[in-house]
This record gives sequence, C-alpha cells and structure tokens, in this order.
Amino acid sequence: MIAELGHFALILSLMVATAQAVIPIVGAARRDATMMAMAKPAALAQLVLVSLAFAALTYSFIVSDFSVLNVASNSHSLKPLLYKISGVWGNHEGSLVLWVLILALYGGLIALFGGNLPPPLKARVLAVQALVAAGFLLFMLLTSNPFERVFPAPLDGNDLNPLLQDPGLAFHPPMLYAGYVGLSTAFSFAVAALIEGKVDAAWARWVRPWTLVAWAFLTAGIALGSWWAYYELGWGGFWFWDPVENASFMPWLIATALLHSAIVVEKRDSLKAWTILLAIIGFSLSLIGTFLVRSGVLTSVHAFATDPERGLFILLLLIIAIGGSLILFALRAPSMQAGGLFRPISREGGLVLNNLLMSTAAVTVLLGTLYPLFLDALELGKVSVGPPFFNATFVPLMVPMIVVAGIGPMLAWKRGDLAGALSRLKFALAFSIVVALGTAWLTWGKPVLGVAGMALAAWLAASAVIELADRIGIGRAPFSKSLGRARGLPRSAWGMTVTHLGLAIAVAGITGASLWRTEAIQVMRPGDTIDVAGYEFTFEGARNLRGPNYFAERATFTVRREGDVYTVMEPEKRRYFVQQRETTEAAIHTTLMKDLYAVIGDKSGTNAWVTRIYHNPLVPWMWVGSLLMILGGTLSLSDRRLRIGAPTRRRTPAVAVQPAGAE
Amino acid sequence: MVRRVLFLMPLVVFAGIAAYFVIGLGMDPRIVPSALIDKPVPEFELPPLLDAVPALATADFGGEVVMVNVFASWCIPCRAEHPLINRLSEDGVLPVYGLNWKDKKADAIAWLAELGNPYARIGHDLSGRVGIDWGVYGVPETYLVDKSGRIRYKHVGPMFSEVIEETVKPLIRDLQAE
Repeated sequence: MIAELGHFALILSLMVATAQAVIPIVGAARRDATMMAMAKPAALAQLVLVSLAFAALTYSFIVSDFSVLNVASNSHSLKPLLYKISGVWGNHEGSLVLWVLILALYGGLIALFGGNLPPPLKARVLAVQALVAAGFLLFMLLTSNPFERVFPAPLDGNDLNPLLQDPGLAFHPPMLYAGYVGLSTAFSFAVAALIEGKVDAAWARWVRPWTLVAWAFLTAGIALGSWWAYYELGWGGFWFWDPVENASFMPWLIATALLHSAIVVEKRDSLKAWTILLAIIGFSLSLIGTFLVRSGVLTSVHAFATDPERGLFILLLLIIAIGGSLILFALRAPSMQAGGLFRPISREGGLVLNNLLMSTAAVTVLLGTLYPLFLDALELGKVSVGPPFFNATFVPLMVPMIVVAGIGPMLAWKRGDLAGALSRLKFALAFSIVVALGTAWLTWGKPVLGVAGMALAAWLAASAVIELADRIGIGRAPFSKSLGRARGLPRSAWGMTVTHLGLAIAVAGITGASLWRTEAIQVMRPGDTIDVAGYEFTFEGARNLRGPNYFAERATFTVRREGDVYTVMEPEKRRYFVQQRETTEAAIHTTLMKDLYAVIGDKSGTNAWVTRIYHNPLVPWMWVGSLLMILGGTLSLSDRRLRIGAPTRRRTPAVAVQPAGAE
Repeated sequence: MVRRVLFLMPLVVFAGIAAYFVIGLGMDPRIVPSALIDKPVPEFELPPLLDAVPALATADFGGEVVMVNVFASWCIPCRAEHPLINRLSEDGVLPVYGLNWKDKKADAIAWLAELGNPYARIGHDLSGRVGIDWGVYGVPETYLVDKSGRIRYKHVGPMFSEVIEETVKPLIRDLQAE
C-alpha cells in the first residue's frame, strides 16, 4: 500500500512537472503574470510529491518490506538501520528517486527564495528545471520503477554490497547528487538567459550562489568518496582515476571554472557567452556521468546494474537536454554584447587562464575516460588508459594553475601590474623556495616531484595569506585598524582566501600521500615485530568476533616508537553472512603529519597472517584541505551581496589604501 | 560569420560525442569480439615478475588448455575477480597464466602477496606493448588458449561466478576434450 502510494506520488509529480515545464515559459513569452506565477506553487507541489515518494521508499526499506523488489534485492533484515536507509540510494532505482528529490528541492528553494528575481527569469528557470525533472521522472517510471512488487515475496533480502555498508559511503551519494543536481540550477539559469537573450551582472549574481552550493557539495562528495576508498578498500590509495570517479571530477573542474568566470561577468560584464557555455557544460557532464555509470558503456566497480534499454533512454535525455541547450547557445549567444575590455595581464586575464586550464583539465579527463572506447568505436584498435595517462597529463596542467591562483588575486581589474604583484609576492616566493629546500633535504633520494608539489603548495598558501594581509593593510596601518578592515571585508573575499589555502593544503597532502608512502607487506606470527618508517609494529595476535551481520577477525598491533608504546591498532577483516563477501577494516592512527595504517589480510598457514602496514605522510592534510575548501565555499555563499540580491556597488573611501584587489 | 561558426563548435563537438555514445551503446564492452579469436597466440617474450614464478612467452603455449588473465595492481575490478581466479587455480581446473599489465613491479608483487598468487607463469608487461599484441583493451581481461596454442575465448572486464560456471568451465571442458 505504502509502495503504491509512492508510485502514485511519482506519477503525479511527473504531471505537475510537465505543466510546470510548459505553462510558465509560455507565460513568460506572453508576459502573462498569472501563467508565470504558476511556477512557484507547481515547484512546491513537486517537492512535496517527490518527498512523499522518497519517504515511501525509505519506509519500505526500514520495515524491510521484501515484497518490494528493490528492497528484496538490496536490503536485509539484519542490516543496521543506517544502512537500511542508505540502501535506499545504494541502487539504481533508489538513487534516481534521490536525484529527482534533490532536483525538486533546488526547484523549491528557487521558488521560495527567488522573490527578487525578475518574474520572467524566475518563471523560465523553474520551467527548465521542471523539464529536466520531467525527463528523469519519465525515465524512472518507464524503465526503473523503484516500487515494483515481487510475488511471492522472499523471506529475506539479498543485502547491500558490504563494501557500501559504511558511514562514509552512506553520505557520499547524497552529497555528490546535491552537487550534480546543483549544477542543474546553473544550467536552468543559463538556458533561461539564452531564451531571454539577456545576460547581465544581476544574472551572474544569481547564478553564483547556486554554483557555489553545487561546487561545495561536489567537493564534499568527492572528498568523502576518496576518504572512503582510502580507509575501506584497505590499500591506502585514495584516487584511482576510475571512470566513475572521473565522472564526478569533470563537473567539479567545470564548476570551479564557472565560479571564477561568473565573477568576471558580475564585476566586469565580460565573458558572458563563455560563462553560459560553462554552465551548460557543467550540467552536461553531470548527465554524461550518469549515462556512463548506468548504461553499461563503461564497466566499472561503481556500475549499477546496467541495462541497454536504460542506456538508450538516458542517451535520448542527454541528446535533448545538451543538444537543445547547445543549439540555443549557437543561436542566441553570438548576439550577446561583449562587455568591458581587458589586457591579458589583469584580474580577468588570470581568471581566463584559470578557466582555460580547468577546462583543458576537464577535457583531458574526459578524453582519458572515453578514449579507449572511442578508438574501438572507430575500429582503430584497442587501447587502455590507466592512471599513468592521467598523472602524465593532469599534473602538468595543475602546476601553472596553482602558480596563477597565487598571482591572479593580486592583479587589478582591466590592466594589472605583473611586476608589482610579483614584488608583493616576494615573500611567498621566498617561502616556497625555503619549503622546497627543506623538502629536498628531508626527502633526499625520493621523487623530485615531491619538492615541486610542496613548493607549489607553499607558494599558494603564502600568496593567499599575503593577499589577505595586503588587503587589510597589515604592516601599513595600525593593527587594530587592520582588524577592523578584516571584519569589514566581504565574506566572499574570506571565502577565496580560505578556499585557496585549503587547496594549498590539499595539494601538499596529495603530494605526500602519493609520493612518500612507506609500506610493508609480510607474513607475521604473534610476537613478530617490524619497523615501518621508525615505528615498531608488534603483532599480538588475532581473535574472532561477531558483528550484527558479519563475522570478523580482529588483529591487535602494539606500536612503539623508540621503545615507548605509541598506540594500539586493531584492524579487522569481515565476512558478511548474506553475500559472503569479505571487507577489510583498516586501523588508522591519525596525527597532524601522518597516518599509520594497518590491515590484516588472509591467514597464511597456522597462526600466521598476511599483514600490511603503511606510513602515509600528510594524508590528513588532504581531508583538512578539502574541509577548508568547503568552508571557503560556504563563507563565500554567506556573502552579503548574495543574500541581499542586487546591492549597489560599495565604494568606500577605504578603497584608496587598498591594493588592487578591492573585491 | 566567423563568430557564428565559433558558437556552433560546442554543438558540433557534442554531436560527435553523442554519435559515439550511440555506437558505444550498441557494443557490449564485455563481449568485444577479439580479432585474435581462433588465431595463434602472438609472438612475445616477457620477463618474469617474481623470482619463484617462471616468465611468460609464446613458446609456453600449446599442449594443454590454459587461461591467461590480464591484471594490474591499480585495477579495482581485478581485485573483485581475483578470488575466482584463485579458486580456478586451486581446484586444478586448468593452469592460469598471468599477464601483469602496465604495472610497477613492486606494486604487483605486493598485490599478489596480499591476495594470493594463482598464476603458474607471470609475464611482466611494464610498457603494455605485449598487451597491445594480445588486443588487451582494459584490465582485467581473460583469455582461453587451446592445446594448439590458439586463442579461443576472451572475456573483457571482471569475471563473475555465473560467467565462470555457465560459460568458461563448459568451454574449458570442451577444449580439453578436443
């Protein structure tokens, strides 16, 4: 009964979405206020209906209603409650419901908080959103009904893949979807602007917060996924250039570019067509990611049950959404007036360079993901591209990106003074050289790339701090006055500083984690001791225990440093009853500078186990860096001008003493 | 005019990608036919990966039905299918040879130490050159080579127990009976 209610709610919401996709857009063309006003209640109704459907599915999972096929295939009565809930989106059908729910949520938010949007723009944006929603609802109802019944109902379910039964992964998909779907708002704004034929600073100000929300969620989703891979897969890696990882990374790269180019539209009324294009591409890549994961075109561990019929449907959606918006772009964008001119060396120039590098990086990742199949489709032979390709192409693109990220904020709009900016950054340069020398000394004999990575991270961190210090006049004004200025600084400025700092820290973390890892793999008997990077690990033995839906073997390591007990680590190996799959639960001891990471493997003979022990320097920095980036995004989101809408430009007398970067 | 053409570019690029997706959708990557089916094993000679396990070369084929499993330590699906390969080897169904593809030696050794080594021979193909000769399209991939040294079957992607039970094992039996 509950499941049928959910199904009806989905059907109703498809009808509402269809009406919402048509009526307001006609109203906007005819300037009919009543028709345009229909968008708001429709968006809210859609939110209520999809929430109902989601609640119905969640309920079926919680009470383990195995007469619902989806529950029977993906849940089990013994599963802990958290994973019963996360099981809702741990499968193809349920994840689509979540997708549509988040889409409806964004629609509802625009409807509720879009009060100061011009009515035609608001009507069009909501209509485009509804069009996307209608496509996905139709897809769900025709090919992937989450409420399908099964008769006779099985006694118990198939359980969720144990690898996915993990707190990190429970929240990874919602975050990622919030990011993917958040880009749909930027897309809707772009398409609405193309229909209207008008892009101005106010438009950019409206798009930016939604892009920021999407970007922050994407960052969080990617970081969570990578964190999960790090501790759950049990071999200390954090990024594998898997097609599905790439599918989330490409929209992130484009969203990053979009955030930066929207600044130029807002401040300088320039780069309009480019920004619109980025908004379209960002969401297109989200859609392409969805297509790749669910169609079976690429095989991957992430792949949901793949099905060519579904693939064809998504492909059609893809062609209509992306093709349609690009046709609109080709028709309307050329007539958009280019705004303010600027020299190559200027704030705009820096942002353009950022955009070019980010987009090139996204294209590179796209190529690496699709290339093997591309050649195959053209019958040019079969190749495969592994992490070596990505490391060889992606890293060189990020180097200039980080250098520019340091200089860009120091340049003035329109025409910058490179020599002046560099002279203000001389301390950053010095700091980066010191860090490079220190790194070289500490890691002599290890890859030279590590020195470069740390130098870049130091450069970016130092220049972010110097830019902030410069802006609030530290050293030129009394400290109390600087403090006052710091308080008066727009939140978006703080957001930039914090995000760039976070990026710097993450770069250092990635460098350390990729290049300076120590690992030891061996067979150990109780009482054996090995030394890993100066830590002595003594294997005390292993014992059996029982969890709610698994058996486990838990090992105990006593870790000593220079003879003193440093910590005790207890990794586990679990075997889940239902799917008979094994998972490793690494024991991780985190400090500011490193992770100690221990894993227990198979029993090797009597009373001996394969153990793997890693010393992972700077790994915690990746997570701290990601958190700072999310925090920076949130800070920027709370900026006054984004909350208030369209304020007048503030030009206080204080600007006179400020350096170039006044905003 | 030039400007208009420029603005058409994204659409053109997307059309290309979409066309490719349409073609791609029609192909099931798991059953990409190998151009090498029924052809003899290509000429190659690879260095060993481990001291204790012999290397792999063309001369090692023929006489008995063998499986060649292409793997790499950086490949996640390989991990998933590895226990199945281990079981095939342990149960003595047939000898399994490993082709370690585009992998650092130390990584591959560590990987096998962790997950177990089912392979009677392992060739270490660091550059991926030999993989190209075999038509390797991604890892993991699995081939069956018959008694006369000809490639008879190719499976792309990780193997599942159903594939092994329903397709691979019957085929092995047929090949062994030939």
